[in-house]
Formats: sequence, structure tokens, C-alpha cells
Amino acid sequence: MIKISNVSKIFKGKKSEELIAVNQVNLDIKSGEIYGIIGYSGAGKSTLIRMLNGLEQPTGGSVIVADKNLSELKGRTLRKARQEISMIFQHFNILWSRTVAENISLPLEIAGVKKNVRSARVAELIKLVGLDGKENFYPSQLSGGQKQRVGIARALANNPKVLLCDEATSALDPETTDAILDLLVDINQRLNLTIVLITHEMHVVRKICHRVAVMEAGNIVEVGEVLDIFKNPKQPVTKRFVSQVSEDEESKDTTKHLLEKYSSGTLLHLTFVGESAEMPILSKVIRDYSLEVNILQGKIAQTRNGSFGTLYIHLNGTDEEKGKVISFLKENEVGVEVVEHA
Amino acid sequence: MLKAYFPNVDWNIMWEATQQTLFMSSISVGITLVLGLILGMLLFLTAQGNLLQNKPIYALVSVFVNVFRSIPFIILIVLLIPFTDFLIGTMIGDAAALPALIIGAAPFYARMVEIALREIDKGVIEASEAMGASTLQIILKVLIPESLPALISGITVTSIAIVGYTAMAGFVGAGGLGNLAYMEGFQRSKDDVTFVATVIVLILVFVIQFIGNSITNKIDKR
Repeated sequence: MIKISNVSKIFKGKKSEELIAVNQVNLDIKSGEIYGIIGYSGAGKSTLIRMLNGLEQPTGGSVIVADKNLSELKGRTLRKARQEISMIFQHFNILWSRTVAENISLPLEIAGVKKNVRSARVAELIKLVGLDGKENFYPSQLSGGQKQRVGIARALANNPKVLLCDEATSALDPETTDAILDLLVDINQRLNLTIVLITHEMHVVRKICHRVAVMEAGNIVEVGEVLDIFKNPKQPVTKRFVSQVSEDEESKDTTKHLLEKYSSGTLLHLTFVGESAEMPILSKVIRDYSLEVNILQGKIAQTRNGSFGTLYIHLNGTDEEKGKVISFLKENEVGVEVVEHA
Repeated sequence: MLKAYFPNVDWNIMWEATQQTLFMSSISVGITLVLGLILGMLLFLTAQGNLLQNKPIYALVSVFVNVFRSIPFIILIVLLIPFTDFLIGTMIGDAAALPALIIGAAPFYARMVEIALREIDKGVIEASEAMGASTLQIILKVLIPESLPALISGITVTSIAIVGYTAMAGFVGAGGLGNLAYMEGFQRSKDDVTFVATVIVLILVFVIQFIGNSITNKIDKR
């Protein structure tokens, strides 16, 4: 559905210094997929997503969305193509001067849809995003989550093939974020809509994305299935993002504390992915090996294609038994790391 | 009763002068509204980083606006005498005041329009571009509605300035309340005429402000 080949974007500064916002990026996004692009601010992800609907033109390479080469389109043909590539925004960007229904109707007016067709379509969309009864409210009367629902309804009005989400949940509280993410998944499944989202929150990727690309300083440094990335993050920046979800803020403090407290035995940090997260491996360890197991701290996170968990345990016994346990865990596809220092 | 307090006021003449002031003001406000919107829109659209970014046009319009906004109105009238003579065929009368009124007020309003448009959330404009809107559609469906309260309070302020300008125009031969206050009231020392003319101008200003405020409050849904 989307093919980005060798795309670069270089901004020229005042004193001929150059800022490479996006550097030789290649991406291939399949139809019906929810694709996440994660990175810290300044990584170039906003510029990248804006090249997908021609709000920014690449300085090199080609951007093909829904069989159209956006980097070559201009004027009327570009505007026509944009009607198939919708976008929702961090700050919603809906018009304060229009009611909910009028806001949703705007892209239809722009596309030249007739009035009676328009109102039927608007009613349909209001139902789809769960804003029944709010048709004649003005944005100032809505909560953040409701405003984003208006944004989503507006984005869907012209039956787009691709939905671009620019930090769509970053301005929302955690609960509203989850509700909006559920709505996006629902739309993705119901309409088979391809969704590309950029974010700095691994939580968002974990919850709804099939695949993810990690961006740093204009480059895509890692790409893969979400679960694979969780299981085996390679780049330091990816590891940091994964730890956003798998570990609490206090995790570092906790390990330090645990190390001090259990100085005699061995502290293990286990990671479970997919099926292994759901198997009773630990009870087997306790049953089959003659050593003490203390469960100290654990967490399980759900992704689109399986669960991902982390667990801290403390082993007390002979070195030989400990070695056996570690190799048993590894055989069962559990990631094992002996924690020696925080 | 009125006769006792205002012995020198001829109410028929006063009414006529009021009508002349209203005529000059309303025609000027109408044309200023259109011209100011066009100039202000041009300033906004051609500015750095905007939809129709264009340095030469921006510089040209900007200089034009600044020059005519800076010239004191009373001097502007004099400067424009040849132009008015050419356009209207005379330098005396209500119609002769119009070119100076409009050329004085339109640049003033144009800056207000530019400021109003700059206040619009950039994200909303970006969103409409992302929807595939043309520049004309963005102007009509986004820029004007989203800045309407500021555009209206701007034209309110401009209208009040125009009423003031018409009084000044009275000094150099245009009719209206200013002319009456000066010729009758000041030069013939009929203070009561000056007083009544002033009160009528004040009432006009209050009414304009009231109408402007009411419309702004009604349409502002923020």
C-alpha cells in the first residue's frame, strides 16, 4: 500500500547549514496493516509522515501511496490524492467555528459531495465513532477524547485508503488513549484500513501495531514485527522504548534494592514472549529442581500478536542446580539475564 | 424646550448633516471591508511559510499598507486632491471625501485582517490542506470562518475611526456633522451646534460598538 524508497528530507538553514531530518529511509507498509513509527522528538518521524500525504516534499527518493507517486504530484492531482490519505493530529485540529456534524462534513464539502449525500454520510460517521447526540455541539463543549473522535470521523469521511496518525493520542489521558486506540483497531478491522501512526509511546505500539519501525536522528534503525522487537530489541534506543512498557519507572531502584537484600543467592531477570509467557514454566522449576525460588516482581503486557512478560526471581541453592535451571529456562525460550548490578 | 437649550440648532440641517455622515461612513466602511480583506488576505497568504509564500508581493503590499497607514488623515486628504478631482470630478461634497476615507482606512483594516488571520491555529490550516482543499476552499471554509470574530471587531474599530475621519473631512469641504460643527458651531461661535453635533457622533460610535460587540459575542463559539 505504501512504499517509501530512499527518501530523504534536508532542510536548508539560513547560513547554508543543512538539517537532515530524514535520511535515506526505506519502508514497505502492507494493505490493512497498522504500522507504528516510534522515535523521540526530533527523530524525523513527523517529517516522514508528512511526506506520505505531500505536506512535505522529499528532497530525494520516492513515496508511493495507493499506487500514486506522491513526490511527483502537484496541484489538483495532489489534492485529489490527498482525499484518499487522511490524517489525524495530536491537537485534533478541528474547526472551533463548526459543530461536530459540520466539522465532519468539511472534507465532503471539499470533495464536492452533494448536500443530501453529505448529511447521510455524516450521520453514519457520527454513529461509527460513538458521538451520537453530539451532532450540534461545538468543539469547545467536547472533551479531548471526543474531539479526537471528531477528528477520526472527519478523516474517514471520504473513505480513505490510508489513515495517518500524527501522535494522535499524545494529548490524551491514559484511559482516553486506550479508548481511541480501541476505536482505531475497530476501524482497521471493519474497514480494512491501512493505518500508519507515529508516536513516542511504546504503549501505543504495543497495544495496536502489527509492525514497528524505530527512528533515531533521521534514520530507521530497526524494523520488525512488534513481538519480535519486544523479544529481541537490538539497538539501544529500541531497548529503551521496550523498557518503557516492560519495566516500571522504579524498576532500576527495585533491582538495586533487591540486590542489596538478596546478596547471597542469584537474581534473574526473565523475559517471556508469546507462548512461553502463558506456560507454567516456573511451577515446573519449583517442582523439578531442588532449590528455593522467590518471585520478586513481574509484569505482563499484551501486544497484537501475543503477550510479553518480565519477571524478577531470586534463586537460592547450589551453583550446579542454578545452572540447570538457567539452561532449562533457555530451552523453553525464556530470556534469562543474571542481574549483578542495577 | 429644545429651542430654549439649543437656540441656534436648526434640526433639519442637523438631520441632513447626520445623513451625510452616515452616507460617507457606510459607503467607506463597505468598500474598506472588501479592500481591507483582500489586502490583509494577500499579506497573510504571501508571508513567509504560508500558502502562497511570495516575497516580492508581500513586500509590495506591506509597503503600500505601511505608507498609507502612516500618513495623518488630514494630510492624506490634501495629498489626494488631484486624485479625487480626477476620480469624482470635484473636491467638494460628500462623495469627494470617499477616496481619502477609503485609502486612509483600508490599509488600517488590512493590518487588522492580517493579525486576525495569523491568530488562526496553524494546525487547522494544515488539516484542511491534508484533506485536499484548494487555496480558495481554505480561504472560504477555514480562514474567514475561523477568524470571523476578530475580523468583525476589526471592522468595528475601523468604522469608528472612519466616523472620526468624516468629521475631519468636513473641514476641507465634505459635508456632515464635522463640517457643521466647524462652519456653524466654531466659526460662528454657536457652541450649542458644536455640542449637539458631538453628541450625535458619540451616539453613532456607541451604536457601532454595540452592534460590533453583539455580533462578535454571538458568533464566537470558542
